[in-house]
Amino acid sequence: MNIPLGRVYRLLSSNSLAPVKRQPQDTIPLMIPTSESKAQQKNLEGYVGFANLPNQVYRKSVKRGFEFTLMVVGESGLGKSTLINSLFLTDLYSSEYPGPSHRVKKTVQVEQSKVLVKEGGVQLLLTIVDTPGFGDAVDNSNCWQPVIDHIDSKFEDYLNSESRVNRRQMPDSRVQCCLYFIAPSGHGLKPLDIEFMKRLHEKVNIIPLIAKADTLTPEECQEFKKQIMREIQEHKIKIYEFPETDDEEENKLVKKIKDRLPLAVVGSNTIIEVDGKRVRGRQYPWGVAEVENSEHCDFTILRNMLIRTHMQDLKDVTNNVHYENYRSRKLAAVTYNGVDNNKNKSQLTKSPLAQMEEEKKEHVTKMKKMENEMEQVFEMKVKEKLQKLRDSEAELQRRHEQMKKNLEAQHKELEEKRRQHEEERNNWEAQQRLLEQQKLDSSRTLEKNKKKKIF
Amino acid sequence: MAEPVVPEVPPASWTEKPSVVDFSYVGIDAILEQMRRKAMKQGFELNIMVVGQSGLGKSTLMNTLFKSKVSRKSVMGTGEERIPKTIEIKSVSHDIEEKGVRMKLTVIDTPGFGDQINNENCWQPIMKFINDQYEQYLQEEINIDRKKRIPDSRVHCCIYFIPPTGHSLRPLDVEFMRRLSKVVNIVPVIAKADTLTLEERDFFKKKIREDLRANGIDVYPQKEFDEDAEDRMINEKIREMIPFAVVGSDLEYQVNGRRLLGRKTKWGTIEVENIAHCEFAYLRDLLIRTHMQNIKDITSSIHYEMYRVRRLNENNTHANNVADHHLTSHEM
Repeated sequence: MNIPLGRVYRLLSSNSLAPVKRQPQDTIPLMIPTSESKAQQKNLEGYVGFANLPNQVYRKSVKRGFEFTLMVVGESGLGKSTLINSLFLTDLYSSEYPGPSHRVKKTVQVEQSKVLVKEGGVQLLLTIVDTPGFGDAVDNSNCWQPVIDHIDSKFEDYLNSESRVNRRQMPDSRVQCCLYFIAPSGHGLKPLDIEFMKRLHEKVNIIPLIAKADTLTPEECQEFKKQIMREIQEHKIKIYEFPETDDEEENKLVKKIKDRLPLAVVGSNTIIEVDGKRVRGRQYPWGVAEVENSEHCDFTILRNMLIRTHMQDLKDVTNNVHYENYRSRKLAAVTYNGVDNNKNKSQLTKSPLAQMEEEKKEHVTKMKKMENEMEQVFEMKVKEKLQKLRDSEAELQRRHEQMKKNLEAQHKELEEKRRQHEEERNNWEAQQRLLEQQKLDSSRTLEKNKKKKIF
Repeated sequence: MAEPVVPEVPPASWTEKPSVVDFSYVGIDAILEQMRRKAMKQGFELNIMVVGQSGLGKSTLMNTLFKSKVSRKSVMGTGEERIPKTIEIKSVSHDIEEKGVRMKLTVIDTPGFGDQINNENCWQPIMKFINDQYEQYLQEEINIDRKKRIPDSRVHCCIYFIPPTGHSLRPLDVEFMRRLSKVVNIVPVIAKADTLTLEERDFFKKKIREDLRANGIDVYPQKEFDEDAEDRMINEKIREMIPFAVVGSDLEYQVNGRRLLGRKTKWGTIEVENIAHCEFAYLRDLLIRTHMQNIKDITSSIHYEMYRVRRLNENNTHANNVADHHLTSHEM
C-alpha cells in the first residue's frame, strides 16, 4: 500500500532532506537540515530513529482504515453493477441482492450500498452510490436533479459535522468520484450526457467511461474517444484531471492514461479458461474478450488509477476544491441574509444553539410583522364600514327631504284647486243672483205694464 | 426453408413437349410462368423504415441486408454526425437488380428518434408519415382517372432497433411499438448483438417477448393473420426467435481463406452471416427471401384497408348532404 506512505514521503522530501529511500529501520546514515534550513548534509553520529515516522503514519492509517465513496451514473443496462463487481472483486450485486437494473424504476432514485473490503491487513469501507432509473424514462428532463440533491446533502452533512462543537467523529460520506457511463453508440455524446456533465462537473470529480466497450472495434473505439474528447472540450466540461508530479515515471503513466481518455471498459463476473489460464472475461462464439487484457479494454488502467494510484488524490480534490466551493457558496448565501458585519464574523463560527436563537428571533419578528399587518387590515375594514354607514344615512336624509318637498308641492296644488273652485262657485252664485234679480225685475215691469194697461 | 413465392425454374415438363399428347393435362399451371414474366417486367417495390436511437447501426444493417450502399449516410455523405433537434424523416430510393429481377427499394430513415432528453411524442412524426403515405395511395385510388399502376409508397415494414441493454424493454420502446403495431408491420431486432453473450442474449429475448405479450404488442408475423396450418407452423418457428439479434457490417475480412462480411476485434472476428454468431441470416431470409410478399400483402390488405375504412367513414359522416356517389361505388 503506497498511498499514505507516498504522501509522507513527498512531504519529507520538500523539507530539503535528500530523498530517503524506504529502508528498514536499522540502516544509517540519515541527512538532517541545519537549524537555519540550509541544506547542509550532515552525517549523524548515531541512530536517531525518525526514519520510523512513515511507518507510524502507515500503521495508524491501516488501523483506522480508509473510506471511499464512489458514484456510478448511467442508463440502465450499461454494465455498471458488473463493473463494480469486477473492480473490487466482490459480489456487491448478486442474485440474492440484485442490482438496481433488475428492478424496474419509475423515477430516478439514489441508492447507497456499503461494503467493507479487506486486503493485506488494510481495510477499505467502500460506499457505492447508484442511480437507478437515470435516463430511462421517455421524458428525462431534470433526471440529474436527484443526483445533485444527493451530492449537496452529503456536503451539507459534512459541513454541519465540521461546524459542530464536538467533532470527535466526522464520518466522511461525500461523493469523491463519479463514474459516468457513456453508451457505446460510436457517434458522440448524447444531449443527456452533455447536460448531466455540465451540471455536475463543478460538484464532483467526473470520470467518463465508455461502457460495454466490446461492442467497438479498435478503430471505432479510437474515433469515438476522439469525438467524445472533442465534444467535452467544446462544451467546456471539466472532467477529473490527473495531476502532474515531479516523478518522471509517474508522469509517463499519467500521460498514458490521459491519452486513452475516456476509458473504454468491459466488466465481467465470470471466470473463463483461456490457454490454460483462468481469466475474467466474456465468452462469445467468436472468441473471449478478456477484461484484464490491456489490449482488449482499458479496465486495468481504470482499476489501477482508481484504487492503486489516484484514490488519495481524488479524495483531496474533493476535499479541497469541490467541498470548499460548496462551503463558500453556502456560507456566503447565509451571511448575505445577515444583519451587520460584526454579527457576520461570529456567524461564521456559530454553534447550533446560536443558530436556534437566531431562528427564534426571526420567527418572533415575523409574527410581529404579521400582527401589524392584520391590525392594519382590520382598521381599514372598520373605516370602510363606517363610511358606508354614513353614506347610507345621507342617502336616507336626502330621500326624506325630497318626499317632504313632494308633499308640499301637492299641498299647494290642492290649495290652488280649491281656490279656483271657490272662485267659480262665487261666480256661479253671483250669476245666479243676477239672474234672479233680472227675473224679479222683469216680473215687476210686467206687473207695472199690466197695471198701466188697465187704466 | 419455405419456398419462394414464384418458382425460379419452370417445371421440367414445360420445356420438353411430351411425344404423346396427354389428354389429362390442361395447362393451367402455365399461369405461374406468365405471372413470373409479368413480375420480372414490372419489378417489385419495397419500402422499409428503420427506427431507433442514433448509434445503433441502422444504416450499417441496411447496407449489409442489400449488400450495397443503400443507406442515407452512404448517399448523402457522412460529414458531421450531428444529432438533429427534432425528428426528421429522410427517404432514399434505389433501383437494384438481381438475376433479371428488378426492385425499387426505398429506405426511410428517422434520425433524431429517441435522442433528445425529452422524448414525449417522438412517435408522432413517424405515424403522421405512415398515414400520409396511406392517404396518398387512397387519393390515387379514389381518382376517377386512375393510373394503371399506382406508385406504392406505403411503408411495408418497420424495423425497430432495440438497444442491447440486456435487461428489458425501455418505456420508450414499449410506447412506440404499442402505437405503431396497429398501423404497420413491426419487426423488432436487437441491435449491436455482439455485446451480448449467448446466455445474456437468450435471457434478453425471453424478457422482451414477455414484455411484448404483457403490453399486447403484436409484431410481425402477427398471430391473427396466419392463413393455414402450414403458415402457422412456419410462423411459430419465427415467433420463437424474435427479436432477431443482429450484427451489421459492410467491411470484408479474410476468414479461413474466404472473404466474409464481419467485424474484426482483438479477440476474434465476428462473421455476420454465420448463424452461430448472430441471427442476421434469419432476418435477411425473413425479410427478403421468404416473407417479402407476405409483408406487402398484409400491408395492403389489412393495414391499408383499416386506414381506408376509417377515412371513408369520416368522410361519410362529414359530408352527409353531398352525395358521394363515386365513393360508395368504390366501397364495393
